[in-house]
Amino acid sequence: MSEALARRPNPALAAAPGLTRRLSSFLYRHGGLLTLLLLLPPLLWLGVVYLGALFALLIQSFFSFDGFTGQIVHELSLASYQELLTSKANLDIILRTMTMAMAVTIGAALIGFPIAYFMARYASGRVKALCYLAVMLPLWSSYLVRVYAWKLLLAKEGILSWLFAKLHLTWLLERILATPVIGGPSLSVSYLGMFLVFTYIWLPFMILPIQAALERVPRSLIEASADLGARPVATFRNVILPLAFPGVVAGSIFTFSLTLGDYIIPYIIGNSRFFIGQVVYVQQGTAGNIPLAAAFSVVPIVIMAIYLAAAKRLGAFDAL
Amino acid sequence: MRSEGRAPFGLKLATLLGLLYLHVPMAFILLYAFTTDDKSYQFPPPGLTLRWFGVAWARQDIWDALWLSVRVGLIATLIAMVLGTLAAAALYRARFFGREVITLLIILPIALPGIVTGIALRAALNLADLPFSFWTIVCGHATFCVVVVYNNALARFRRTSGSLIEASMDLGADGFQTFRHVVLPNLATALLAGGMLAFALSFDEVIVTTFTAGQQTTLPIWMLSELVRPRQRPVTNVVAVFVIAVTLVPILLAYYLTRGTEHVAGGGR
Amino acid sequence: MITRQAPSATTAGGAAAPAVLLAEVSRQFGEVRALDRVSFAVEDGEFFAMLGPSGSGKTTCLRLIAGFETPDQGTIQIHGRPMAAVPPYDRNVNTVFQDYALFPHMSVLDNVAYGLMVKGVGRAERHRRAGAMLELVALAGLEARRPAALSGGQRQRVALARALVNEPEVLLLDEPLGALDLKLRQQMQTELKALQRKVGITFIYVTHDQEEALGMSDRLAVFNAGRIQQIGTPRVVYEQPATAFVASFVGAANILSAEQAEALTGQRQSCALRPERIRLNGAAPAELQAEGTVLDVQYHGASTRLRVALDAGPELLVDCPSEREPAAPGARVSLGWPRSALQPLSPETPG
Repeated sequence: MSEALARRPNPALAAAPGLTRRLSSFLYRHGGLLTLLLLLPPLLWLGVVYLGALFALLIQSFFSFDGFTGQIVHELSLASYQELLTSKANLDIILRTMTMAMAVTIGAALIGFPIAYFMARYASGRVKALCYLAVMLPLWSSYLVRVYAWKLLLAKEGILSWLFAKLHLTWLLERILATPVIGGPSLSVSYLGMFLVFTYIWLPFMILPIQAALERVPRSLIEASADLGARPVATFRNVILPLAFPGVVAGSIFTFSLTLGDYIIPYIIGNSRFFIGQVVYVQQGTAGNIPLAAAFSVVPIVIMAIYLAAAKRLGAFDAL
Repeated sequence: MRSEGRAPFGLKLATLLGLLYLHVPMAFILLYAFTTDDKSYQFPPPGLTLRWFGVAWARQDIWDALWLSVRVGLIATLIAMVLGTLAAAALYRARFFGREVITLLIILPIALPGIVTGIALRAALNLADLPFSFWTIVCGHATFCVVVVYNNALARFRRTSGSLIEASMDLGADGFQTFRHVVLPNLATALLAGGMLAFALSFDEVIVTTFTAGQQTTLPIWMLSELVRPRQRPVTNVVAVFVIAVTLVPILLAYYLTRGTEHVAGGGR
Repeated sequence: MITRQAPSATTAGGAAAPAVLLAEVSRQFGEVRALDRVSFAVEDGEFFAMLGPSGSGKTTCLRLIAGFETPDQGTIQIHGRPMAAVPPYDRNVNTVFQDYALFPHMSVLDNVAYGLMVKGVGRAERHRRAGAMLELVALAGLEARRPAALSGGQRQRVALARALVNEPEVLLLDEPLGALDLKLRQQMQTELKALQRKVGITFIYVTHDQEEALGMSDRLAVFNAGRIQQIGTPRVVYEQPATAFVASFVGAANILSAEQAEALTGQRQSCALRPERIRLNGAAPAELQAEGTVLDVQYHGASTRLRVALDAGPELLVDCPSEREPAAPGARVSLGWPRSALQPLSPETPG
């Protein structure tokens, strides 16, 4: 065997290098250039299409809209922002949307935490895989269809009303609907209904980051806490909860942001009171007032920027 | 963190109820696709019939919308796969100034509410005086699909030990040979999974689409208009069942393609 | 530097270039100076070990030779050819990686044949040569397996075969036995050494295990903090450590400061004294002697180690054969050693 290993000239070194190999060597020596070449197409796309569009959005928000001619005045002004911030109705819309986003975030955290906790701590093997699929499928699939399903559930003649009637609880449903603010003529046109749908739609976005954060809590930490004399409740409160909290914050980024910008759910489930998304949609569409729509959509961007900065300080990005 | 004994009953119950909350509503769509009542959402349905499937089959507007959605989905996915893979390949171990900014730029289209992406594209089209077209829809979809492919590819790049690439070069393979023989085979399933998720995302996207579609009707846009002004409610249900089925298959495939790798690794096993 | 007779150095009339030559090589990672003006030559056919604690620069040195890193300063030559700007795939050098880096999507045979494939060797030919190489490392019959279906020791052999089949001028091994358990590691040490003799290829072997380095290498370089502390044969490095770091990293040593040495020997020169060179209670007449009290006793099997506080101040470790019943803690003992056992040390990191 050793004669097979006797040194021979390497054919690759002897032959003149081909074009691809020379190109490869050039790129290898200039690693920065390779990175640049790889990055160029995605950067161009996102830079031109996405950043360009965001920039256009910003520009448009500084244009104004002539209500008489129905034309956009291409001159920089603060008219749209003035209209946005001085109108009581508009401020109400912003406040209403933020309140809903907050409620949905809290609701999703309360419902999502036990699921995430069960998945991370107790489920294993098939149960775990099944739970994971059960959370992941709604995350990726059929946003519109899932909203639509609730139209069926919440309708006056729909399933929930039927269920309450069968349980002889119609009086309870009526009592709930009679409650000011959250109630309404039927669940399908109430804030309560909207809250249920929002929470339902964005719940998986809350569960997965919490689960990921919980998975990262080493078992030895829990055992150490028990070993040091903490009862399960104390371990949960003093060890598990603080370590899972960045996961909750990470999840809340999604639930908050997605609720802030949604217009389909208020459109299909809600009553006539507007949310930010709806204003943007209506202003750019039927009204043709793109500047005001643009100014309105800057609001969720600003809110999310503040939210993300706060989340970063809480260490939520490590849990993403 | 892993199991210690059995879960408390309350926790199991909360999990079960939570998961039912996530899934039961979908079951009713299936039921309503068979109802004989086409004027309201009456429950329980007065009777069951198969006729709506035939009606939906014969509706040319549904076929047109479906075809448009499929074309948009395929092209947007293709663009996203190329751009997402390139970005992941460039960023997975490069360290340079501005790297964080680029990562943020890729994630931004899904981190910001969809309506921002939508109205931004709308504002840009208006400013540039461009008409709505098939390609404006594709542009919007590809932009938010990049991150899906990027995330999948990045996770796989990170999992594939860096020494594999070094080993290949060490054994005499140049950059292109290494890409073809080592990187691509290791990346393939992650790319396929990313592509499928991107397609599922595009196929039922409605928020960005409404701002970039103009008069064109993708399947979700068709559904939205039916929701607002119902004509034959059960037909909408039939289409909804179809959309669930079409998005479910690629998502499940993506799950099985990456099972035992990213998800399990991410699951801390 | 101590030279040895490398098998091929004698053949080319003394003018043959060394297999690997590093001259004043430095490499900086951010704030950390991983390698600081390192120079050495490895002769053709030599088994050369680079020994040091983690972070001492030995792996960086290996990666520079392989071409995964480029030096910030200094030059590297392989068989006389300067390697600046030569990518790894154009160097006739192969590496056995610490984690083996076997391609998970290829069979064992395809893994071994990979280097030949990318060089354009025909399918039949490369499979024949890969098969022969697998036979050499005693893995015949496992050609169709995936790396995931192999044991740690088998993977290690595949990695070895995959590198050797390319007939490299130099084989680089990055802690190749680190992931194996003790028994297998000792067996592989013997096999690796035998294999190296058989194929006659220059081996450069990175390890943090001093026993491995001493037992396998023709010569070794001891690294610390990015610098080479000493280069020499195992015997020289162990018997005549150049610095306090080498003395205590390679085996156990009593390091005496200049003041301590003066009190014991009359000579003001810091030096090292191996525990096994010290005799207990006048077992043999000794040139130098000291009295002390035993602090504690550790039984090590073949030998027993005592910690003795000398009346003159310093503590000394003493290894004595276990067949005799050693002294108990608190006992008074007298220690003796020959003057030649004292190895004078130069200050750290000789320039």
